[in-house]
Amino acid sequence: MDIRVAPAHLASTEKTKISVRDLNFYYGGFHALKNINLTLPANKVTAFIGPSGCGKSTLLRTFNRMFELYPDQRAEGEILLDGENILNKKLDVSLIRAKIGMVFQKPTPFPMSIYDNIAFGVKLFETLPRAEMDERVEWALKKSALWNEVKDKLDQSGSGLSGGQQQRLCIARGIAIKPEVLLLDEPCSALDPISTGKIEELIHELKADYTVLIVTHNMQQAARCSDYTAYMYLGDLIEFGATPEVFTQPKRKDTEDYITGRFG
Amino acid sequence: MNPMSTAFTAAQHEGRLAIHRHRKRVNAVALMLAIGAMAFGVFWLLWILFETFWLGLGGLNLAVFTEMTPPPQADTGGLANAIFGSVVMAGLATLLGTPIGVMAGIYLAEYGQKTWLGSATRFINDILLSAPSIVIGLFIYSVVVAQFKSFSGFAGVLALALIVIPVVIRTTENMLSLIPNALREAAYALGTPKWIVISSVTLKAARAGVITGILLAIARISGETAPLLFTALSNQFWTSDLSKPMASLPVTIFKFAMSPYENWQKLAWAGVFLITIGVLALNIAARVFFRNKH
Repeated sequence: MDIRVAPAHLASTEKTKISVRDLNFYYGGFHALKNINLTLPANKVTAFIGPSGCGKSTLLRTFNRMFELYPDQRAEGEILLDGENILNKKLDVSLIRAKIGMVFQKPTPFPMSIYDNIAFGVKLFETLPRAEMDERVEWALKKSALWNEVKDKLDQSGSGLSGGQQQRLCIARGIAIKPEVLLLDEPCSALDPISTGKIEELIHELKADYTVLIVTHNMQQAARCSDYTAYMYLGDLIEFGATPEVFTQPKRKDTEDYITGRFG
Repeated sequence: MNPMSTAFTAAQHEGRLAIHRHRKRVNAVALMLAIGAMAFGVFWLLWILFETFWLGLGGLNLAVFTEMTPPPQADTGGLANAIFGSVVMAGLATLLGTPIGVMAGIYLAEYGQKTWLGSATRFINDILLSAPSIVIGLFIYSVVVAQFKSFSGFAGVLALALIVIPVVIRTTENMLSLIPNALREAAYALGTPKWIVISSVTLKAARAGVITGILLAIARISGETAPLLFTALSNQFWTSDLSKPMASLPVTIFKFAMSPYENWQKLAWAGVFLITIGVLALNIAARVFFRNKH
């Protein structure tokens, strides 16, 4: 059923999905990201950690050009997705966002039924007969571990779900359009520990098919569910490496101080 | 002994209690003032409603809906032509004013927040919103009635639409501005084009508020007399021709209630009752309809 996922399974050795080159970002006159260079492997989970205001969410929002909604924000440099610079203004931003999905800090169900929440994004890019759309909705909801809880109330409002369910609905909505990359911007910060646990399990399963980038304030979360960790501070990328190494033998003193809670 | 309790001396404790007592007194006074203000408002409102129902129900019978407005001191007669005229003119004015108002509201909230044109539109709309309706009536009189040398239902529709538009613009803009940006970003993050984000997500999320605004506008024009006096005037007979003068409930009420004839006064009260019930029913229906929706 899912054809786009198939070649990804071949990547047993690490394949580059995204590379960031000399990325600078400005909020008006404020220099928020400074010369970021980074290579992110496909089908892995990369966590971005760092104190508030370090630029990790800003970095995430450049990957799908979300900053373009605000006229005073701009990015310079290159972000290559499979070799193609997505910051190139000539590329259609809708198509980039179809490839790079995003889930936000607060759950944002659309004001429509659970079914339509999922079908909404699919309809933007594909015209599916009803039966196939039903299948796609079911697939996305199963993938995001929500199917069993909502299968009998697909026609009910998405805002009637609990916070954790809403967040999984947002993840389902994101993966229903079959992106290649998923951006998660503190997806658990508004959730209780049980819902957080479910989302973390989900992240672990999602990396089989997607490249996952997650911003988190929760150090344990980064340690638990990521393969790679990037530590950022004041707009600089301080350290990037395999998660076990960053957490047990950080190369930089700054990283160690932050991880051990001495600062931040 | 709890070490915390030793931190305060008896005098300090007494001081805290005194502050607490003072706060309770202030709270009681504020609460009483608030309840008094509420009671004052509700008292007049209930009185008006009571009078409307009492006198309105007295004048109500089947003939009110089936017969035309009568001459003075006639035995029969109703408000059929006035009811019809009011429904037609208010309906057409709403149909005309709502799309313009909603679209202008969308422009102000989603496109032109910080633009020069947006600020100018908002400023002019505020003026239009607070303009006395008699001014709007005179304006339509001079540009439509005087030009065509005839009072007409159509001029009445235009005058009422000019009252609908600023109300709908204001509520649409306000309701759209209340939608959190996170919802817009989530829609954009799926690759949604701006017009679909607005039509399927933000406008839908703001739907209840926008419709409430439209209902408020309908309620307001249902009772407007001044703009119709100069435009649609009135008509003793049934007409569905919008190029002719047209009867309406408010103008008929105005004429009948000020008259010395008892049958006219009775009909005026029946008309007042109908407008009140109509607006009330519209509001209740909308609430029931939207309660169980997404």
